[in-house]
Amino acid sequence: MDALYRDYILDHYKNPRNFGELDPHDLEFHDHNPLCGDELGVHIVVEDGRVADLRFHGQGCAISQAAASITSDELIGLPVSEVPELDADWVIDQLGIEISPTRRKCALLGLKVMRGATTGDPSWPE
Amino acid sequence: MAVAATDIRADFPVLAREINGHPLVYLDSAASAQKPRAVIEAMERFYSESYGTVHRGVYELGREATELFEGARERIAAFVNWDPVCSIFTRNATEAINLVAYSWGRENVGPGDEVLITEMEHHSNIVPWQLLCEETGARLRYVSVGDSGELSLDELDSVLASGRVRLFAFAHVSNVLGTINPVEELVRRARAAGAVTVIDGAQAVPQMPVDLGAIDADFYAWTGHKALGPATGLLHGRRELLKQMRPFLGGGHMISRVEREHSTWNELPWKFEAGTNAIAEAIGLGAAIDYLSSIGMDAVRRHERELTAYALERLPEVEGLTLYGPSDPDRRGGVISFSIEGMHPHDIAELCDREAVCVRAGHHCAQPLMRCLGVGATARASFHVYNVREDVDRLVDALGRAREVFGL
Repeated sequence: MDALYRDYILDHYKNPRNFGELDPHDLEFHDHNPLCGDELGVHIVVEDGRVADLRFHGQGCAISQAAASITSDELIGLPVSEVPELDADWVIDQLGIEISPTRRKCALLGLKVMRGATTGDPSWPE
Repeated sequence: MAVAATDIRADFPVLAREINGHPLVYLDSAASAQKPRAVIEAMERFYSESYGTVHRGVYELGREATELFEGARERIAAFVNWDPVCSIFTRNATEAINLVAYSWGRENVGPGDEVLITEMEHHSNIVPWQLLCEETGARLRYVSVGDSGELSLDELDSVLASGRVRLFAFAHVSNVLGTINPVEELVRRARAAGAVTVIDGAQAVPQMPVDLGAIDADFYAWTGHKALGPATGLLHGRRELLKQMRPFLGGGHMISRVEREHSTWNELPWKFEAGTNAIAEAIGLGAAIDYLSSIGMDAVRRHERELTAYALERLPEVEGLTLYGPSDPDRRGGVISFSIEGMHPHDIAELCDREAVCVRAGHHCAQPLMRCLGVGATARASFHVYNVREDVDRLVDALGRAREVFGL
Protein backbone atom coordinates (compact mmCIF):
# COMPACT_ATOMS: atom_id res chain seq x y z
CA MET A 1 0.00 0.00 0.00
CA ASP A 2 1.20 3.49 -0.81
CA ALA A 3 2.54 5.40 2.23
CA LEU A 4 0.77 8.63 1.30
CA TYR A 5 -2.19 7.54 -0.81
CA ARG A 6 -3.56 5.02 1.67
CA ASP A 7 -6.87 3.37 0.96
CA TYR A 8 -8.80 5.51 3.44
CA ILE A 9 -7.21 8.72 2.05
CA LEU A 10 -8.29 7.76 -1.45
CA ASP A 11 -11.69 6.74 -0.14
CA HIS A 12 -12.23 10.17 1.46
CA TYR A 13 -10.95 11.80 -1.77
CA LYS A 14 -13.32 9.87 -4.00
CA ASN A 15 -16.25 9.86 -1.57
CA PRO A 16 -15.84 12.97 0.55
CA ARG A 17 -18.02 13.07 3.69
CA ASN A 18 -20.10 16.17 4.33
CA PHE A 19 -19.48 17.43 0.83
CA GLY A 20 -21.82 20.01 -0.69
CA GLU A 21 -23.68 23.07 0.51
CA LEU A 22 -26.10 23.88 3.32
CA ASP A 23 -28.85 26.43 2.85
CA PRO A 24 -29.67 28.11 5.09
CA HIS A 25 -26.48 28.16 7.12
CA ASP A 26 -25.20 30.28 10.00
CA LEU A 27 -21.51 30.45 9.20
CA GLU A 28 -19.56 30.30 5.97
CA PHE A 29 -16.07 30.85 4.69
CA HIS A 30 -14.27 30.44 1.41
CA ASP A 31 -10.56 30.46 0.72
CA HIS A 32 -7.87 29.07 -1.53
CA ASN A 33 -4.30 27.90 -1.57
CA PRO A 34 -2.37 30.56 -3.49
CA LEU A 35 0.35 28.06 -4.38
CA CYS A 36 -1.86 25.79 -6.45
CA GLY A 37 -5.20 27.59 -6.75
CA ASP A 38 -7.15 24.91 -4.89
CA GLU A 39 -10.38 26.30 -3.47
CA LEU A 40 -12.48 25.27 -0.53
CA GLY A 41 -15.64 26.68 1.00
CA VAL A 42 -17.63 25.65 4.06
CA HIS A 43 -21.19 26.11 5.35
CA ILE A 44 -21.96 25.51 9.03
CA VAL A 45 -25.28 25.31 10.88
CA VAL A 46 -25.01 26.17 14.59
CA GLU A 47 -27.38 24.90 17.29
CA ASP A 48 -26.89 25.58 20.99
CA GLY A 49 -23.36 26.83 20.36
CA ARG A 50 -22.31 23.63 18.64
CA VAL A 51 -21.57 22.69 15.03
CA ALA A 52 -24.86 20.95 14.25
CA ASP A 53 -24.13 20.37 10.59
CA LEU A 54 -21.38 21.18 8.14
CA ARG A 55 -20.75 20.89 4.40
CA PHE A 56 -17.61 21.74 2.47
CA HIS A 57 -17.23 22.25 -1.25
CA GLY A 58 -14.57 23.11 -3.77
CA GLN A 59 -11.79 21.41 -5.61
CA GLY A 60 -8.39 20.19 -4.65
CA CYS A 61 -5.91 17.36 -4.52
CA ALA A 62 -6.40 14.06 -2.70
CA ILE A 63 -4.64 15.37 0.40
CA SER A 64 -6.67 18.57 0.70
CA GLN A 65 -9.99 16.84 -0.01
CA ALA A 66 -9.29 13.92 2.32
CA ALA A 67 -8.13 16.25 5.07
CA ALA A 68 -11.29 18.35 4.76
CA SER A 69 -13.46 15.24 4.68
CA ILE A 70 -11.84 13.53 7.68
CA THR A 71 -11.78 16.65 9.84
CA SER A 72 -15.34 17.65 8.90
CA ASP A 73 -16.59 14.48 10.58
CA GLU A 74 -14.71 15.43 13.75
CA LEU A 75 -16.04 18.98 13.76
CA ILE A 76 -19.72 18.06 13.78
CA GLY A 77 -20.92 18.17 17.38
CA LEU A 78 -17.99 20.27 18.57
CA PRO A 79 -18.68 23.58 20.40
CA VAL A 80 -18.08 26.40 17.90
CA SER A 81 -15.79 28.07 20.44
CA GLU A 82 -13.44 25.08 20.34
CA VAL A 83 -12.94 25.08 16.55
CA PRO A 84 -10.30 27.87 16.56
CA GLU A 85 -8.25 25.87 19.02
CA LEU A 86 -7.70 23.04 16.56
CA ASP A 87 -4.21 23.27 15.07
CA ALA A 88 -2.02 21.86 12.30
CA ASP A 89 -0.81 18.94 14.39
CA TRP A 90 -4.38 17.94 15.05
CA VAL A 91 -5.14 17.79 11.31
CA ILE A 92 -2.00 15.82 10.49
CA ASP A 93 -2.76 13.47 13.37
CA GLN A 94 -6.27 12.94 12.00
CA LEU A 95 -4.87 12.24 8.53
CA GLY A 96 -2.51 9.59 9.89
CA ILE A 97 0.08 10.06 7.15
CA GLU A 98 3.34 11.90 6.93
CA ILE A 99 2.94 15.26 5.23
CA SER A 100 5.95 16.79 3.47
CA PRO A 101 6.49 20.56 3.60
CA THR A 102 5.31 20.87 -0.03
CA ARG A 103 1.95 19.30 0.81
CA ARG A 104 1.43 20.95 4.21
CA LYS A 105 -0.89 23.66 2.92
CA CYS A 106 -2.92 21.05 1.03
CA ALA A 107 -3.54 19.29 4.35
CA LEU A 108 -4.36 22.49 6.23
CA LEU A 109 -6.71 24.23 3.77
CA GLY A 110 -9.78 22.47 5.21
CA LEU A 111 -9.12 23.52 8.79
CA LYS A 112 -8.21 27.00 7.55
CA VAL A 113 -11.69 27.57 6.13
CA MET A 114 -13.46 25.80 9.01
CA ARG A 115 -11.65 28.00 11.53
CA GLY A 116 -12.24 31.00 9.27
CA ALA A 117 -15.98 30.36 9.39
CA THR A 118 -15.98 30.55 13.18
CA THR A 119 -13.57 33.45 13.66
CA GLY A 120 -13.33 35.33 10.35
CA ASP A 121 -9.56 34.94 10.65
CA PRO A 122 -8.06 33.66 7.37
CA SER A 123 -4.62 32.81 8.76
CA TRP A 124 -3.10 29.37 8.19
CA PRO A 125 -3.27 26.95 11.14
CA GLU A 126 0.11 26.45 12.80
CA MET B 1 16.96 13.65 -33.26
CA ALA B 2 17.81 17.16 -34.36
CA VAL B 3 20.29 17.61 -31.55
CA ALA B 4 22.93 15.04 -30.58
CA ALA B 5 21.20 14.54 -27.26
CA THR B 6 23.75 12.20 -25.69
CA ASP B 7 26.57 14.72 -26.03
CA ILE B 8 24.32 17.51 -24.84
CA ARG B 9 23.19 15.59 -21.76
CA ALA B 10 26.80 15.18 -20.66
CA ASP B 11 27.05 18.99 -20.54
CA PHE B 12 24.47 19.19 -17.73
CA PRO B 13 25.94 17.93 -14.44
CA VAL B 14 22.58 17.67 -12.68
CA LEU B 15 21.39 15.02 -15.13
CA ALA B 16 23.82 12.58 -13.50
CA ARG B 17 21.67 12.65 -10.37
CA GLU B 18 19.43 9.88 -9.20
CA ILE B 19 16.36 10.58 -7.10
CA ASN B 20 14.48 7.84 -5.26
CA GLY B 21 16.75 5.36 -7.05
CA HIS B 22 15.80 6.56 -10.53
CA PRO B 23 17.81 8.63 -13.02
CA LEU B 24 16.49 12.19 -13.10
CA VAL B 25 13.96 13.12 -15.79
CA TYR B 26 13.64 16.89 -15.70
CA LEU B 27 10.47 18.08 -17.42
CA ASP B 28 10.06 21.53 -15.89
CA SER B 29 12.28 23.72 -18.06
CA ALA B 30 9.40 26.11 -18.74
CA ALA B 31 9.58 27.01 -15.05
CA SER B 32 13.38 27.11 -14.94
CA ALA B 33 15.95 25.30 -17.04
CA GLN B 34 18.99 23.33 -15.88
CA LYS B 35 22.45 24.80 -16.47
CA PRO B 36 25.24 23.47 -18.68
CA ARG B 37 28.76 23.23 -17.29
CA ALA B 38 29.79 26.13 -19.57
CA VAL B 39 27.52 28.49 -17.63
CA ILE B 40 28.57 27.22 -14.20
CA GLU B 41 32.24 27.48 -15.16
CA ALA B 42 31.91 30.96 -16.68
CA MET B 43 30.44 32.23 -13.42
CA GLU B 44 32.97 30.38 -11.29
CA ARG B 45 35.83 31.70 -13.46
CA PHE B 46 34.54 35.26 -13.13
CA TYR B 47 34.27 35.00 -9.34
CA SER B 48 37.66 33.24 -9.08
CA GLU B 49 39.67 35.37 -11.47
CA SER B 50 38.05 38.65 -12.50
CA TYR B 51 35.47 39.72 -9.96
CA GLY B 52 35.03 43.43 -9.49
CA THR B 53 32.14 45.80 -9.90
CA VAL B 54 31.46 47.35 -13.28
CA HIS B 55 31.83 50.91 -14.59
CA ARG B 56 33.66 52.02 -11.43
CA GLY B 57 37.07 50.55 -10.93
CA VAL B 58 40.13 52.12 -12.49
CA TYR B 59 41.94 48.95 -11.53
CA GLU B 60 42.41 45.87 -13.71
CA LEU B 61 39.67 43.77 -12.10
CA GLY B 62 37.13 46.54 -12.65
CA ARG B 63 38.18 46.79 -16.29
CA GLU B 64 37.93 43.04 -16.82
CA ALA B 65 34.55 42.83 -15.11
CA THR B 66 33.20 45.70 -17.21
CA GLU B 67 34.47 44.12 -20.41
CA LEU B 68 32.96 40.74 -19.54
CA PHE B 69 29.67 42.31 -18.45
CA GLU B 70 29.23 44.63 -21.42
CA GLY B 71 30.55 41.93 -23.74
CA ALA B 72 27.79 39.65 -22.47
CA ARG B 73 25.23 42.37 -23.13
CA GLU B 74 26.47 42.75 -26.72
CA ARG B 75 26.32 39.01 -27.43
CA ILE B 76 22.92 38.64 -25.77
CA ALA B 77 21.53 41.57 -27.80
CA ALA B 78 23.00 40.13 -31.01
CA PHE B 79 21.43 36.76 -30.13
CA VAL B 80 17.96 38.31 -30.43
CA ASN B 81 19.01 40.86 -33.08
CA TRP B 82 18.60 44.07 -31.09
CA ASP B 83 20.73 47.08 -30.26
CA PRO B 84 22.76 46.48 -27.05
CA VAL B 85 22.27 50.13 -26.07
CA CYS B 86 18.54 49.42 -25.93
CA SER B 87 18.96 46.10 -24.08
CA ILE B 88 18.55 46.55 -20.34
CA PHE B 89 19.48 44.03 -17.68
CA THR B 90 16.68 43.52 -15.16
CA ARG B 91 16.15 41.08 -12.32
CA ASN B 92 13.83 38.95 -14.43
CA ALA B 93 11.11 39.20 -17.09
CA THR B 94 8.64 40.31 -14.43
CA GLU B 95 10.78 43.32 -13.55
CA ALA B 96 11.26 44.10 -17.25
CA ILE B 97 7.48 44.26 -17.76
CA ASN B 98 7.03 46.31 -14.59
CA LEU B 99 9.67 48.72 -15.88
CA VAL B 100 7.49 49.42 -18.92
CA ALA B 101 4.32 49.64 -16.84
CA TYR B 102 5.88 52.20 -14.51
CA SER B 103 8.16 54.23 -16.73
CA TRP B 104 6.12 54.26 -19.94
CA GLY B 105 2.66 53.45 -18.56
CA ARG B 106 2.45 56.07 -15.80
CA GLU B 107 3.33 58.82 -18.29
CA ASN B 108 1.30 57.69 -21.27
CA VAL B 109 -1.86 56.00 -20.02
CA GLY B 110 -4.79 57.91 -18.54
CA PRO B 111 -8.51 57.78 -17.80
CA GLY B 112 -10.54 56.49 -20.71
CA ASP B 113 -7.55 54.72 -22.24
CA GLU B 114 -7.48 50.96 -22.64
CA VAL B 115 -4.70 48.51 -21.87
CA LEU B 116 -5.11 45.26 -23.76
CA ILE B 117 -3.72 41.87 -22.75
CA THR B 118 -4.79 38.29 -23.51
CA GLU B 119 -6.37 35.50 -21.49
CA MET B 120 -3.25 33.35 -21.87
CA GLU B 121 -0.92 35.66 -19.97
CA HIS B 122 1.32 34.75 -17.06
CA HIS B 123 0.55 36.77 -13.92
CA SER B 124 3.69 38.79 -14.64
CA ASN B 125 1.97 40.15 -17.75
CA ILE B 126 -1.36 40.73 -15.99
CA VAL B 127 -0.75 42.21 -12.55
CA PRO B 128 1.54 45.12 -13.63
CA TRP B 129 -1.23 46.23 -16.02
CA GLN B 130 -3.92 45.84 -13.36
CA LEU B 131 -1.88 48.12 -11.10
CA LEU B 132 -1.38 50.60 -13.94
CA CYS B 133 -5.10 50.67 -14.72
CA GLU B 134 -6.05 51.07 -11.06
CA GLU B 135 -3.72 54.04 -10.74
CA THR B 136 -4.54 55.77 -14.00
CA GLY B 137 -8.24 55.03 -14.44
CA ALA B 138 -7.58 53.12 -17.66
CA ARG B 139 -9.58 50.03 -18.53
CA LEU B 140 -7.98 46.59 -18.74
CA ARG B 141 -9.30 44.44 -21.58
CA TYR B 142 -8.58 40.89 -22.69
CA VAL B 143 -8.35 39.15 -26.05
CA SER B 144 -9.93 35.75 -25.44
CA VAL B 145 -8.37 32.37 -26.10
CA GLY B 146 -10.41 30.09 -28.34
CA ASP B 147 -10.97 26.37 -27.93
CA SER B 148 -7.95 25.72 -30.14
CA GLY B 149 -5.78 27.54 -27.59
CA GLU B 150 -5.16 30.40 -29.98
CA LEU B 151 -6.02 34.09 -30.09
CA SER B 152 -8.65 35.40 -32.45
CA LEU B 153 -7.24 38.08 -34.75
CA ASP B 154 -10.76 39.19 -35.64
CA GLU B 155 -11.51 39.81 -31.99
CA LEU B 156 -8.24 41.69 -31.64
CA ASP B 157 -9.19 43.94 -34.52
CA SER B 158 -12.61 44.66 -33.07
CA VAL B 159 -11.10 45.66 -29.72
CA LEU B 160 -8.41 47.77 -31.40
CA ALA B 161 -11.15 49.48 -33.41
CA SER B 162 -12.16 51.38 -30.25
CA GLY B 163 -9.12 53.58 -30.93
CA ARG B 164 -8.53 53.77 -27.18
CA VAL B 165 -5.99 50.96 -26.80
CA ARG B 166 -2.75 52.60 -25.71
CA LEU B 167 -0.83 49.42 -25.09
CA PHE B 168 -1.12 45.77 -26.09
CA ALA B 169 0.88 43.25 -24.03
CA PHE B 170 0.98 39.57 -24.96
CA ALA B 171 3.01 36.40 -24.65
CA HIS B 172 5.18 35.23 -27.52
CA VAL B 173 4.68 31.61 -26.38
CA SER B 174 2.11 30.59 -23.75
CA ASN B 175 3.63 28.99 -20.65
CA VAL B 176 0.53 26.79 -20.26
CA LEU B 177 -0.82 26.04 -23.73
CA GLY B 178 2.47 26.24 -25.58
CA THR B 179 0.75 28.34 -28.23
CA ILE B 180 3.19 30.26 -30.45
CA ASN B 181 1.45 33.53 -31.12
CA PRO B 182 1.82 35.25 -34.51
CA VAL B 183 3.79 38.08 -32.91
CA GLU B 184 4.73 39.96 -36.08
CA GLU B 185 1.10 40.07 -37.13
CA LEU B 186 -0.05 41.13 -33.63
CA VAL B 187 2.53 43.92 -33.54
CA ARG B 188 1.55 45.10 -37.02
CA ARG B 189 -2.15 45.29 -36.15
CA ALA B 190 -1.56 46.96 -32.79
CA ARG B 191 0.77 49.55 -34.31
CA ALA B 192 -1.73 50.34 -37.07
CA ALA B 193 -4.21 51.11 -34.28
CA GLY B 194 -1.72 53.36 -32.49
CA ALA B 195 -0.95 50.98 -29.60
CA VAL B 196 2.49 50.37 -28.11
CA THR B 197 3.37 46.66 -27.95
CA VAL B 198 4.97 44.72 -25.10
CA ILE B 199 5.87 41.07 -25.66
CA ASP B 200 6.56 38.60 -22.87
CA GLY B 201 9.18 36.40 -24.51
CA ALA B 202 10.09 34.35 -21.44
CA GLN B 203 8.99 31.08 -23.10
CA ALA B 204 10.18 31.95 -26.61
CA VAL B 205 13.82 33.03 -26.44
CA PRO B 206 14.95 29.83 -24.68
CA GLN B 207 13.57 27.48 -27.32
CA MET B 208 13.33 29.08 -30.75
CA PRO B 209 15.07 31.62 -32.98
CA VAL B 210 13.83 35.09 -32.03
CA ASP B 211 14.55 38.01 -34.35
CA LEU B 212 13.47 41.19 -32.59
CA GLY B 213 14.35 43.26 -35.63
CA ALA B 214 11.78 41.33 -37.64
CA ILE B 215 9.16 41.26 -34.87
CA ASP B 216 9.57 45.01 -34.43
CA ALA B 217 7.79 45.29 -31.08
CA ASP B 218 8.23 48.37 -28.91
CA PHE B 219 9.26 46.33 -25.87
CA TYR B 220 10.32 42.70 -25.49
CA ALA B 221 10.97 41.06 -22.09
CA TRP B 222 12.54 37.69 -21.29
CA THR B 223 14.59 35.99 -18.62
CA GLY B 224 17.87 34.10 -18.56
CA HIS B 225 17.05 31.31 -16.15
CA LYS B 226 14.73 29.59 -18.61
CA ALA B 227 17.41 29.93 -21.31
CA LEU B 228 19.96 27.70 -19.52
CA GLY B 229 21.43 30.73 -17.74
CA PRO B 230 21.16 32.23 -14.28
CA ALA B 231 18.31 34.42 -13.07
CA THR B 232 18.73 37.74 -14.79
CA GLY B 233 16.22 39.34 -17.15
CA LEU B 234 16.32 41.49 -20.24
CA LEU B 235 14.18 44.30 -21.54
CA HIS B 236 14.73 45.27 -25.15
CA GLY B 237 13.06 48.53 -26.11
CA ARG B 238 12.71 50.98 -28.93
CA ARG B 239 15.29 53.73 -28.57
CA GLU B 240 12.94 56.74 -28.97
CA LEU B 241 10.65 55.38 -26.25
CA LEU B 242 13.46 54.48 -23.84
CA LYS B 243 14.96 57.94 -24.29
CA GLN B 244 11.68 59.70 -23.51
CA MET B 245 10.83 57.52 -20.52
CA ARG B 246 11.52 58.48 -16.94
CA PRO B 247 13.76 56.11 -14.97
CA PHE B 248 12.18 53.12 -13.22
CA LEU B 249 14.34 52.81 -10.10
CA GLY B 250 16.49 55.67 -8.81
CA GLY B 251 19.92 55.24 -7.29
CA GLY B 252 23.54 54.79 -8.15
CA HIS B 253 24.78 54.15 -11.69
CA MET B 254 21.59 55.40 -13.37
CA ILE B 255 22.46 59.08 -12.90
CA SER B 256 24.59 61.54 -14.78
CA ARG B 257 24.68 64.23 -12.10
CA VAL B 258 22.95 64.49 -8.74
CA GLU B 259 22.11 67.92 -7.33
CA ARG B 260 20.49 68.53 -3.97
CA GLU B 261 16.97 68.78 -5.43
CA HIS B 262 17.13 66.95 -8.73
CA SER B 263 19.27 64.75 -10.94
CA THR B 264 19.97 64.03 -14.57
CA TRP B 265 20.09 60.56 -16.02
CA ASN B 266 22.81 58.34 -17.36
CA GLU B 267 22.73 57.27 -21.00
CA LEU B 268 20.97 54.16 -22.24
CA PRO B 269 20.95 51.40 -21.19
CA TRP B 270 22.37 52.37 -17.77
CA LYS B 271 19.59 54.93 -17.12
CA PHE B 272 17.42 51.89 -16.32
CA GLU B 273 20.02 49.93 -14.34
CA ALA B 274 20.01 51.47 -10.87
CA GLY B 275 22.43 50.03 -8.33
CA THR B 276 24.98 47.29 -8.76
CA ASN B 277 24.03 44.82 -11.48
CA ALA B 278 23.88 41.06 -11.12
CA ILE B 279 27.26 40.97 -12.87
CA ALA B 280 28.10 37.27 -12.69
CA GLU B 281 24.55 36.43 -13.76
CA ALA B 282 24.87 38.60 -16.88
CA ILE B 283 28.18 36.91 -17.69
CA GLY B 284 26.62 33.51 -17.04
CA LEU B 285 23.76 34.35 -19.39
CA GLY B 286 26.32 35.37 -21.99
CA ALA B 287 27.81 31.88 -21.67
CA ALA B 288 24.33 30.34 -21.92
CA ILE B 289 23.52 32.07 -25.20
CA ASP B 290 26.99 31.13 -26.52
CA TYR B 291 26.12 27.54 -25.66
CA LEU B 292 22.71 27.76 -27.33
CA SER B 293 24.27 29.45 -30.39
CA SER B 294 26.80 26.64 -30.67
CA ILE B 295 23.89 24.20 -31.00
CA GLY B 296 21.97 26.63 -33.18
CA MET B 297 18.51 27.90 -32.32
CA ASP B 298 17.04 26.30 -35.44
CA ALA B 299 18.29 22.95 -34.17
CA VAL B 300 16.96 23.71 -30.68
CA ARG B 301 13.53 24.47 -32.12
CA ARG B 302 13.57 21.29 -34.25
CA HIS B 303 14.45 19.29 -31.15
CA GLU B 304 11.66 20.90 -29.08
CA ARG B 305 9.19 20.38 -31.90
CA GLU B 306 10.11 16.74 -32.30
CA LEU B 307 9.82 16.01 -28.56
CA THR B 308 6.53 17.90 -28.38
CA ALA B 309 5.15 15.96 -31.33
CA TYR B 310 6.27 12.70 -29.72
CA ALA B 311 4.68 13.64 -26.39
CA LEU B 312 1.44 14.72 -28.08
CA GLU B 313 1.37 11.28 -29.70
CA ARG B 314 2.21 9.25 -26.59
CA LEU B 315 0.39 11.07 -23.76
CA PRO B 316 -3.12 10.21 -25.05
CA GLU B 317 -2.19 6.55 -24.45
CA VAL B 318 -2.82 7.34 -20.77
CA GLU B 319 -6.49 6.70 -20.09
CA GLY B 320 -8.54 9.71 -19.05
CA LEU B 321 -5.86 12.20 -20.10
CA THR B 322 -6.85 15.57 -21.54
CA LEU B 323 -4.35 17.71 -23.44
CA TYR B 324 -4.58 21.51 -23.57
CA GLY B 325 -3.37 23.82 -26.31
CA PRO B 326 -2.98 23.56 -30.08
CA SER B 327 -2.79 20.02 -31.45
CA ASP B 328 -0.35 20.97 -34.23
CA PRO B 329 3.28 20.81 -33.00
CA ASP B 330 4.21 23.47 -35.56
CA ARG B 331 2.02 25.91 -33.68
CA ARG B 332 3.28 25.24 -30.19
CA GLY B 333 6.47 25.28 -28.17
CA GLY B 334 7.91 22.58 -25.93
CA VAL B 335 5.39 22.79 -23.12
CA ILE B 336 2.40 20.51 -22.65
CA SER B 337 -0.33 20.94 -20.05
CA PHE B 338 -2.59 18.01 -19.28
CA SER B 339 -5.00 16.63 -16.74
CA ILE B 340 -6.11 13.12 -15.86
CA GLU B 341 -9.69 12.40 -14.88
CA GLY B 342 -9.97 11.38 -11.24
CA MET B 343 -6.55 12.68 -10.24
CA HIS B 344 -5.60 16.17 -9.19
CA PRO B 345 -2.44 17.57 -10.86
CA HIS B 346 -0.72 17.82 -7.46
CA ASP B 347 -1.13 14.12 -6.97
CA ILE B 348 0.06 13.44 -10.51
CA ALA B 349 3.24 15.43 -9.86
CA GLU B 350 3.77 13.81 -6.47
CA LEU B 351 3.54 10.30 -7.91
CA CYS B 352 5.77 11.20 -10.89
CA ASP B 353 8.34 12.48 -8.41
CA ARG B 354 8.50 9.03 -6.82
CA GLU B 355 10.10 7.96 -10.11
CA ALA B 356 12.29 11.07 -10.40
CA VAL B 357 10.10 12.51 -13.15
CA CYS B 358 9.84 16.25 -12.44
CA VAL B 359 6.63 17.78 -13.75
CA ARG B 360 4.90 20.94 -12.65
CA ALA B 361 1.42 21.02 -11.14
CA GLY B 362 -0.71 24.03 -10.38
CA HIS B 363 -2.06 27.15 -12.03
CA HIS B 364 1.32 28.03 -13.60
CA CYS B 365 0.83 31.67 -12.61
CA ALA B 366 -2.00 31.88 -15.13
CA GLN B 367 -5.18 31.78 -13.02
CA PRO B 368 -7.38 33.68 -15.52
CA LEU B 369 -6.43 31.12 -18.19
CA MET B 370 -7.18 28.24 -15.80
CA ARG B 371 -10.70 29.66 -15.39
CA CYS B 372 -11.07 29.82 -19.20
CA LEU B 373 -10.05 26.17 -19.38
CA GLY B 374 -12.53 25.37 -16.62
CA VAL B 375 -9.89 23.81 -14.35
CA GLY B 376 -8.23 24.84 -11.10
CA ALA B 377 -4.88 23.46 -12.11
CA THR B 378 -3.10 21.32 -14.70
CA ALA B 379 -0.01 19.17 -14.76
CA ARG B 380 2.67 20.36 -17.17
CA ALA B 381 5.67 18.78 -18.85
CA SER B 382 8.17 20.99 -20.67
CA PHE B 383 11.33 20.27 -22.58
CA HIS B 384 14.74 21.64 -23.35
CA VAL B 385 17.79 20.53 -25.30
CA TYR B 386 18.76 17.90 -22.73
CA ASN B 387 15.47 16.00 -22.93
CA VAL B 388 15.13 12.85 -24.98
CA ARG B 389 12.29 10.65 -26.17
CA GLU B 390 12.97 8.24 -23.30
CA ASP B 391 12.01 11.06 -20.90
CA VAL B 392 8.56 11.14 -22.50
CA ASP B 393 8.39 7.33 -22.21
CA ARG B 394 9.31 7.56 -18.51
CA LEU B 395 6.57 10.16 -18.01
CA VAL B 396 3.94 8.03 -19.74
CA ASP B 397 4.96 5.00 -17.65
CA ALA B 398 4.87 7.04 -14.44
CA LEU B 399 1.39 8.35 -15.28
CA GLY B 400 0.17 4.81 -15.85
CA ARG B 401 1.46 3.74 -12.44
CA ALA B 402 0.00 6.87 -10.82
CA ARG B 403 -3.43 5.86 -12.10
CA GLU B 404 -2.93 2.41 -10.57
CA VAL B 405 -2.18 3.95 -7.15
CA PHE B 406 -5.46 5.83 -7.44
CA GLY B 407 -7.28 2.65 -8.38
CA LEU B 408 -8.22 4.07 -11.78
